[in-house]
Amino acid sequence: MSGVSQKLLFTGLGLMVGLLTLASLLIGPAGFSIADSLAALFGGTGDAVSLVMQEIRLPRALLAIMVGISLGLSGAALQGYLRNPLAEPGLIGVSSSAAFGAVVTLQTGLAAQMMFALPFFGLFGAGVAVVLLLLLAGPRGGSLTLILAGIAISALAAALTSLVLNLSPNPFATSEIVFWMLGSLADRSFSHITIALPFMVLGWILILSTSRGLDALILGEDAAASLGINLTRLRWVLVLGVAACTGAATSVVGAIGFVGLVVPHILRPFVGARPSRLLPASALGGAALVLAADIAARIILPDRDLKLGVVMAIIGAPVFLHLIYRTRRAEL
Amino acid sequence: MAALMVNSAADAQTAPLRVVSMNLCTDQLAMMLADKGQLISVSDIATDPNMSPMAEAARAYPINHGQAEEIFLMRPDLVVAGRYSDPVVLDMLRRLGIATAQIDIVSNLDQVSDRIREMGEILHQTARAGELADAFEADLARLRAAPTGPRAAFYYPNSYSLGTGTLSHEIITIAGFRHIAEEMGRSRSGRLDLELLTLAQPDLLIHAELYSGNSRSEEVMSHPALANLGAMRTQSNADWVCGTPVVLRAIQDLRALRARMEG
Repeated sequence: MSGVSQKLLFTGLGLMVGLLTLASLLIGPAGFSIADSLAALFGGTGDAVSLVMQEIRLPRALLAIMVGISLGLSGAALQGYLRNPLAEPGLIGVSSSAAFGAVVTLQTGLAAQMMFALPFFGLFGAGVAVVLLLLLAGPRGGSLTLILAGIAISALAAALTSLVLNLSPNPFATSEIVFWMLGSLADRSFSHITIALPFMVLGWILILSTSRGLDALILGEDAAASLGINLTRLRWVLVLGVAACTGAATSVVGAIGFVGLVVPHILRPFVGARPSRLLPASALGGAALVLAADIAARIILPDRDLKLGVVMAIIGAPVFLHLIYRTRRAEL
Repeated sequence: MAALMVNSAADAQTAPLRVVSMNLCTDQLAMMLADKGQLISVSDIATDPNMSPMAEAARAYPINHGQAEEIFLMRPDLVVAGRYSDPVVLDMLRRLGIATAQIDIVSNLDQVSDRIREMGEILHQTARAGELADAFEADLARLRAAPTGPRAAFYYPNSYSLGTGTLSHEIITIAGFRHIAEEMGRSRSGRLDLELLTLAQPDLLIHAELYSGNSRSEEVMSHPALANLGAMRTQSNADWVCGTPVVLRAIQDLRALRARMEG
């Protein structure tokens, strides 16, 4: 693909993220005029409108972008490494394992004592799942093994999460199984951004640093190795990057599936299936998708705190089914 | 009044001697009105200090968990329950030949003395109930203040906020606070978006007590947007739950708080 169309793609994606961020900031139950909203966002302190803009809507929009980048990158990276378009952190149990790590940290009180304990144990949970999956699915990541292993890990992590929440002395904890399984950006604050951002940035850097290796891997392991790619190192960098991204995102907003599946799927034709281009494109695309889904969740049922994961599943599941169908035909 | 539903022809004449209460609010009324030995069991919630203002007194009674089998084995001649107590359990008890009486919940303070008198009739303690109800009415009249004070809002886990059709609304209004639900025209309780609460800028935020263990549902009560509002905070406690004379204590506490706020 030519450089001009690449530039066009990235400009378009950037523009989309910008517009959706603006929309996310301007849409809310309290209807302010655009001028009032923007004035309160940048100036003004202490009055109610600026509190709403600066402490409620701004962190929500920023978190949507951060989570979108993280999940988009994680999906594209896993798919590049396993050379399998069905690999996605939510579907193969990485997000659920991250949620389990986060829930344990919260319920044991560790999260309240140590600032970064929450995203760290989110990362740890996600990391265990990724390592386990790579072991089970093998380097080529056959679809069947990958999905089946993913289902088992997902089910186990979800069951353990439910168990921990059921055992909590807090009567509200049990009903929050839904939040951890489906995710929501409602009423998050800058404190969540502060603890998640360092881990996410680390994950972004690690994943983006694998792009050359992933490009080489298209040709197969032997060819990549002969091109001077250290495959063991590549694998570990990727595992840590995906764990950091998914773990940090899940620990603050719950498990949000399908982002890493839908975005690379849509963007792959535009970047000629080159991981080095698909990664940054998926980051931007992920941000746009999560922003859009969160806006939709707020518009469709404003009073009910519709879970982001519900919207994502409605968008993502058909894409997933379509991919399974195509993969099956390819395997025949 | 349809609230009082006693279903047994016999107990109109003879006073019940073995009464089991299976609802937090009927527990309190029964403990206040029953003769010594007349009330033989209260619900398990009655001993939970987070929910029951008479937890100490309730510990003197055997407890029940609202289950038909255990209640039947206590051999009661009357079971008192709330309007919304488990209908299956009550139905089974009636089929086993035990008289039941149900008392409606209270949605405004004027109904409190009605409920006291109803419980008096159920327990055949009308004189004691009359005294308690009269005293309650007199105290309530003495405490009643014009709602011209600071603006208050209820904000509970999961952004749940109370509307104007609630006992809690009456409690704060009589203590002289203005309830933001009134300005918003919210008669029913339900989810109130954090944005809308922030914009309403209440002077007083009434919370629930936090439970141990973490929950995201409770996190919203400590959101920075609320912290930066600079509103006074207080907690509603067990005194607020039932329509019994105990609510007077909640009103008194609120009046003291209001005096401090208006300093």
